[in-house]
Amino acid sequence: MGRKLLFEHITKPGIRGLEGYRANGGYRSVEKALKTMSPEAVLEEVKKSGLRGRGGAGFPTGMKWSFLAKPEGVPRYLVVNADESEPGTFKDRYLMERIPHILIEGMITSSFALGARVSYIYIRGEYFYVARILEQAIAEARAAGWLGKNILGSGFDHDIHVQVGAGAYICGEETALLESLEGKRGNPRIKPPFPAVKGLYGCPTVVNNVETIAAVVPIVNDGGEEYAKIGIGRSTGTKLISAGGNIKRPGVYEIDLGITCDEFINSDEYCGGVDGRAFKAVVPGGSSVPIVPYELFLKTPAGENRLMTYESLSDGGFAQGTMLGSGGFYAYNDAQCIVRSTWNHTRFYHHESCGQCSPCREGTGWMEKVLHRLEHGEGRMEDIELLWDIQRKIEGNTICPLGDAAAWPVASAIRHFRDEFEYHVTHREKVKDPKHFAREPFRKSAKFATA
Amino acid sequence: MSARTRPITTTEGTKSFSFSEAGLAECRALMARYPEGRSKSALIPILHIAQAENDGWLSVNAMDAVAHLMGLRHIEVYEVASFYSMFNLHPVGTYVLDVCRTTPCMLRGSDDLIHHLEKKLGVHAGGTTRDGMFTLKAVECLGSCGSGPMLQCGAGYHEDLTIEKVDALIDELRSRNSRTNYTDR
Repeated sequence: MGRKLLFEHITKPGIRGLEGYRANGGYRSVEKALKTMSPEAVLEEVKKSGLRGRGGAGFPTGMKWSFLAKPEGVPRYLVVNADESEPGTFKDRYLMERIPHILIEGMITSSFALGARVSYIYIRGEYFYVARILEQAIAEARAAGWLGKNILGSGFDHDIHVQVGAGAYICGEETALLESLEGKRGNPRIKPPFPAVKGLYGCPTVVNNVETIAAVVPIVNDGGEEYAKIGIGRSTGTKLISAGGNIKRPGVYEIDLGITCDEFINSDEYCGGVDGRAFKAVVPGGSSVPIVPYELFLKTPAGENRLMTYESLSDGGFAQGTMLGSGGFYAYNDAQCIVRSTWNHTRFYHHESCGQCSPCREGTGWMEKVLHRLEHGEGRMEDIELLWDIQRKIEGNTICPLGDAAAWPVASAIRHFRDEFEYHVTHREKVKDPKHFAREPFRKSAKFATA
Repeated sequence: MSARTRPITTTEGTKSFSFSEAGLAECRALMARYPEGRSKSALIPILHIAQAENDGWLSVNAMDAVAHLMGLRHIEVYEVASFYSMFNLHPVGTYVLDVCRTTPCMLRGSDDLIHHLEKKLGVHAGGTTRDGMFTLKAVECLGSCGSGPMLQCGAGYHEDLTIEKVDALIDELRSRNSRTNYTDR
């Protein structure tokens, strides 16, 4: 069993309140940073830790921070992305709900390193009750002097505000989030300029995921090198994985990066295996990452055990790999229909497209229509090529990655499960029953068995 | 037309809207917390308050009151209200049931839950029961993927739902008969 860095105290009584959090060593990183370190030294520890953005992109956090522009007399901001709307992902909600002070602590320490006097938590509107928990934690921290003017006599001032959204997946994209925080529609901005140069209110801004900022706490407490000892290669530290779908033990797990995929999905410490049927497919990092057959989730194309790391999960490229993404993990049993799931994914992206770029706005709706007719027994063989063609024309042709995110699930489903799509054309009557594979699981034809 | 632009309701005779004293104080505090000249940042939080004080939806009168309070043009408020799915642009029931339909919940049975609720309440997803008690909405991922199928009603998440559990919930809500809002404490 691996070390727990974020969840070490999560089950302790009273950990949600300041007193319980302090009793378990809370706010040590603020004391250490403000009293004994320079902002540059904090940044150096984060760089040494190898921490990568936990929201999905996996960009090195220390590097992101070092890009922050520091013009004289212009305020800088830290914005925490708590929009968490990637389907499959619920790790940040769990963390904020149970141990809100770890986020507040991470924000103060991080803001000290960045020189930000005000920071915001942008949280999705549906998490209103979590926003109340955070507001309560912030009020406690303010009353105890962890926020406000001249914190710990260091001369550093800081305050935090919680901002709620109102239901829009796109606001998890950092520039759409900033637009929304400015009181506008969540339309992503063209980059460059990047937020590090022109972000919130036109000022230099760092946008980081909740889990990323929480990880700064153990990094500062124990040092970046200690953190980097966990994991393999460029995948350092621990990662929260929210697991769902057809597994025995859904929940949020803190894993050491580098455990095998087999251990994660099958051991009783984590997912506990399949829920009584047989595994068919896995989406390991949120709905935007490619879906892979179960066998390909366990083994790399070279036949080695696949590991829960950024590199190993993407081994084989898009042809045979996938991505760690946000850690929104869900598994399919053999009662599930890949065409139905792909239609469901695509309906989601169509609903959530902001409408700025034509390839995404029109393409997602078009794909949804085609997938709807395939799933409902009205498809044609040409539809499969049509889908392939549409997704290729969306990918890479939009302002933000939502277009890519809409294209990848379709491309990977066709790549790995083409025979199921063909079955939907050749067995139109059968697939009109929405539970077609629950009653009679789909078996791969010999033609595709080794693909 | 983008999937994200929804028509607003301009029905004649919609009742007038004004904020409660407490609501107004909360709005003013929100507007004051941003840097000088950036009070527009408070628009989304203020629309939530307006919706909660206008029977769970944003009428043109409610949106115009927000524009007036914040010194914004009407269109700046309409374009935001019509972008975000939690803002209801038509009258809703006492309870809005937001049932998640996205893939992880689908794998755990959300299709069956939605069908059951449609039959039980006698409305299609998106509709409101004739007695004005329930609005049923099929919504996209609510971040409760390990505990699906699930629904949100007001600020509360109801998770790991079964037919029995959701029936009991409907009965309980019906007998309580008091509006819930996302902003409930």
